[in-house]
Amino acid sequence: MLRFVFTRLSLVVPTFIGITLLVFVLIRLIPGDPIETMAGERGIDPARLAQLRKDYGFDQPVLVQYGFYLSRLAHGDLGRSIVTHEPVIAEFQSLFPATVELSICAILFALCVGLPAGIIAAIRRNSIFDHGVMGISLTGYSMPIFWWGLLLILLFSVQLGWTPVSGRIAVQYYIEPVTGFLLIDTLLDGDVGAFRSALSHLILPTIVLGTVPLAVIARMTRSAMLEVLGEDYIRTARAKGLPPFRVIAIHALRNALIPVVTVIGLQVGVLFTGAILTETIFSWPGVGKWLIEGINRRDYPVLQGGTLLIGAIVMSVNLLVDLAYGLINPRIRYTR
Amino acid sequence: MNRSILLAAVCTAALLTSPAAFAKTLVFCSEGSPENFYPGINTTGTSFDGNEPIYNRIVEFERGGTQVVPGLAESWTISPDGTTYTFNLRKGVKWHTTKSFKPTRDFNADDVLFSIERQWKEDNPYFKVTSPNHSYFGDMAMPKLLKSVEKMDDYTIKVTLNQPEAPFLADLAMPFAAIQSKEYADAMLKAGTPEKIDQDPVGTGPFYLVQYQKDAVIRYKAFPQYWGGKAKIDDLVYAITPDSSVRWAKLQKGECDVMPYPNPADIDAIRNDPNVTVLEQPGLNIGYLAFNTQKKPFDDVRVRKALSMAIDKKAIIDAVYLSTGIAAKNPIPPSMWSYNDAVKDDPYDPEAAKKLLADAGFPNGLETDLWAMPVQRPYNPNAKRIAELMQADLAKIGVKAEIKSFEWGEYRKRLQAGEHQMGMFGWTGDNGDPDNFLHTLLGCASAQSGGSNIAKFCYKPFDDLVMKAKTVSDQSERAKLYGEAQVVFKEQAPWFTIAHAVQLKPVRKRVVDFKLSPFGRHVFYGVDVKD
Amino acid sequence: MSVENIQPPIAVAQPDTPPSPSLEFWQDFRKNAGAVAGLVVIAVLILLALSADIVAPHSPVLTNNAAFLKPPFWQQSGSLAYPLGTDAIGRDILSRLIHGARLSLLIGIAVVALSVIAGTILGLIAGFFRGVTEIAIMRLMDITLTLPSLLLAIVIVAILGPGLMNAMLAVAIVLLPHYVRIARAAVISEVSKDYVIAAKVAGAGRFRLMFKEVLPNCAAPLIVQATLGISTAILDAAALGFLGLGAQPPLPEWGTMLADAREFVLRAWWVVTLPGLAILITVLAFNLLGDGLRDALDPKLKR
Repeated sequence: MLRFVFTRLSLVVPTFIGITLLVFVLIRLIPGDPIETMAGERGIDPARLAQLRKDYGFDQPVLVQYGFYLSRLAHGDLGRSIVTHEPVIAEFQSLFPATVELSICAILFALCVGLPAGIIAAIRRNSIFDHGVMGISLTGYSMPIFWWGLLLILLFSVQLGWTPVSGRIAVQYYIEPVTGFLLIDTLLDGDVGAFRSALSHLILPTIVLGTVPLAVIARMTRSAMLEVLGEDYIRTARAKGLPPFRVIAIHALRNALIPVVTVIGLQVGVLFTGAILTETIFSWPGVGKWLIEGINRRDYPVLQGGTLLIGAIVMSVNLLVDLAYGLINPRIRYTR
Repeated sequence: MNRSILLAAVCTAALLTSPAAFAKTLVFCSEGSPENFYPGINTTGTSFDGNEPIYNRIVEFERGGTQVVPGLAESWTISPDGTTYTFNLRKGVKWHTTKSFKPTRDFNADDVLFSIERQWKEDNPYFKVTSPNHSYFGDMAMPKLLKSVEKMDDYTIKVTLNQPEAPFLADLAMPFAAIQSKEYADAMLKAGTPEKIDQDPVGTGPFYLVQYQKDAVIRYKAFPQYWGGKAKIDDLVYAITPDSSVRWAKLQKGECDVMPYPNPADIDAIRNDPNVTVLEQPGLNIGYLAFNTQKKPFDDVRVRKALSMAIDKKAIIDAVYLSTGIAAKNPIPPSMWSYNDAVKDDPYDPEAAKKLLADAGFPNGLETDLWAMPVQRPYNPNAKRIAELMQADLAKIGVKAEIKSFEWGEYRKRLQAGEHQMGMFGWTGDNGDPDNFLHTLLGCASAQSGGSNIAKFCYKPFDDLVMKAKTVSDQSERAKLYGEAQVVFKEQAPWFTIAHAVQLKPVRKRVVDFKLSPFGRHVFYGVDVKD
Repeated sequence: MSVENIQPPIAVAQPDTPPSPSLEFWQDFRKNAGAVAGLVVIAVLILLALSADIVAPHSPVLTNNAAFLKPPFWQQSGSLAYPLGTDAIGRDILSRLIHGARLSLLIGIAVVALSVIAGTILGLIAGFFRGVTEIAIMRLMDITLTLPSLLLAIVIVAILGPGLMNAMLAVAIVLLPHYVRIARAAVISEVSKDYVIAAKVAGAGRFRLMFKEVLPNCAAPLIVQATLGISTAILDAAALGFLGLGAQPPLPEWGTMLADAREFVLRAWWVVTLPGLAILITVLAFNLLGDGLRDALDPKLKR
């Protein structure tokens, strides 16, 4: 086991350095220049442009810039945004909780609906319910979520007026961020109205972001359950006369959950792709929207730092899932 | 049982902490996050709006106008040769008190000196703090203009210029000239966190910053000791809402009181809402399609005229600007003095256009490119959509136009280098002078590569007129010259003039006395709300 | 391991001569109603795409300055001249959707072809040569997989410039690692099998082995992944279009149409709803087909 952990960890460092190099080079290949982009119709005097490029270090060869970048990175410095001049890490910290809150809600939503649906579909295999769940989940899996979000806004916010159109909380509530998660902060503050406001703002984005994971989880749960239900020990348990609920809840579900949990862990990257689109549609103040803006403004430090941090997070989650999986299922340790 | 006790406790706490019911709050649905809280390095209107409540300048623009009025300077004298300005500063002006700073003294001449030198003198410890790019200070040519800035006593500042410059006072009323506290700056420098003064701002303005959450909200509270008297509203909230349709939905629901930049498609619905007034004002701008007059086939005025007649301007206004724009026939907006209303626009006439094109030697049409900027601009809500309309119109006279676009910074650079055949662009005026349009955008001086004359239009009769107008001081004389220049412009057709965008501001009826700024800024001091 | 065990004893009742593989495949496939429906929808889309110039009532780029934002025919003030209404500058939505089918199918097929070919070659190389080559290729793929796919695609498009071709290339690069992994895994498991060893002993060259012996034997998982990949490619390209980075106007790509229509969401539901529906139906059809293919081609997944 230790050896497995060690080999797995030893891959992390080169991968991370690889990411920094890839991201750095890719971003420097983007045409356009942040200073030119900010200048507007008036343009900028060539002498001042040259001076500013020098101040920002853009006049150096890319590899030299990369070297400086790595050495600062080693000290935990991701640089400052060229537009706001705030440290990239501070901006990330202030926006990341919003993305995490939304993602967690989306995953919980996907689990709460997807797991039971998948289980019941497996038990009542080939029933109308099964076909319905499979049909709906494949539709969800095929959904262009940027369109889905617009439809939901059109229906629930504009036509019915049930949910707010965008944002995280109604402006009249003044909540000092403690954790950055508004659902928690409003409760800490003891403001029920603010809590309800935050909750109502979360509903549509949660559904939109949760749709694809929901479909994946329902399908995965169903097929894992079917596999487990066909195993000898389940048939033995049934033959022994154990009540069907006990067989399913205790014997089948526990074993079927392993691949499902793995899939959830591996959905983190997918979830972030969804978050970029969801945040754009709902004006959700998270990191996805921030990165899109970073690209439009050619804000290199934001793009680099943001992509790097996201990559590092996805990598760590994948690593944890891998390790956990190796712990549960010893076979995997040797096949890699 | 336990749960209901908890619930009761939570509810009681909620009742106790609910905000005071009588505070007057105004919510502004702003379109984006400010860059930071130091206007000296800001470049966008969004950022200037975010800083407007916090800071003062030594002189200000009157609310809703372009007149320069006293600000932190009560009065000033200008020497007869126009190079020396002496400002008498206001006494008893208080600085904001924030979490990171408790002021011990009132505003004085040191603060003015600091705020100018911070942008001007490279040896000032704050010159490079946050950013060395003091964009507007440079754009307004301050480094070349300023000779010296001296403190005469605690409440007198003397500014000496290298040459007389009439717009100098107006420049000092611009957002970049905001006054920051030297005492705060010194304290932060000592603490080793100089950039804090641009993040937790301290100003002398009518509101102080309470909270800023990027991409979400900015909160201000009225500053009770404001030298001009406490603001009529108690709380000012900027709800950051990038999507224009969403801003409208929020305004409709009463979630905000004022919104900028409405979506043209929603204007009809907005006007029909009984709770909303739409304030409007023609903007100081022009959106146009420039023909590159130094490239074939657009070096031939007949081709330029033919294409101008082939494009259905009304359809562009109807489909893209809707009621947020008025058709343009001259290169300057109608609200500007010297506007020549006698000029007749080219009629929309595809048949005549076809004939003219044949006369010019293109009986079978021609091929060209058509550049459209990738971003929304104040004078052009959707360049790509306009390009599609133009493309379809031009196809009808046999002109095959290929739509091209580049990243915005790149786009401007390439246009100014003259790489295009036809390209859309535009301009927003700085100071309301026709010279700022006619000479800057169409004179020979700026027609060289890299200049802002993107039609590369250098026509002697036109250039003579605008050059002469520069040297004449009598305004009616100048107006006559500019009027003639507009006639020449129309004959030569270096641009297909598209439209002047109108500044539209939907405001809820509970808002009292909100005034449109000709510069497109949003000022909330002096505004009240009724319930 | 237990798959055979749970097969009901019907197998015994089969005729003496086993059906040919392709017939067996078709019989399996036909039983899957969803897959057949998907196939039918795709066939219709292909027909529409091929005959777009004949079928579409109008040109997809022709504007009508007298008919901005006309609703579909069943609504008041709609007309049969524009069955599904017009967009902001008076173009027929139906015609644009039909021509858009052409683009979406082109995107799906071209992107997948590109990434399958490149991915298979890289995967075969990694699987055959092992050592440093393999490590280099697989590490690069791992890195690519670590970055969120849309983010990576956006950066690539930002480098190349927005446009249909560049968006397709970006999506192809993002999808690449999946094919590399499948091809490599298949090669590694095939290489140790008897027939390959036999061919090696018989003196077959490396490239002959790679392409003549091993590749045909790992085709099944690649075909399934490719079909599902088409739907991913269409979705990703549409997402890029939605963010303004994909196909540029006036091309009637569905995602671009949607982005262009976003500001009219409150005023004209049809310009927003219909392109999205077209994307959904197409992607769903490819996913149904892919599922059906997988079940029919991969006996291990048969239940």
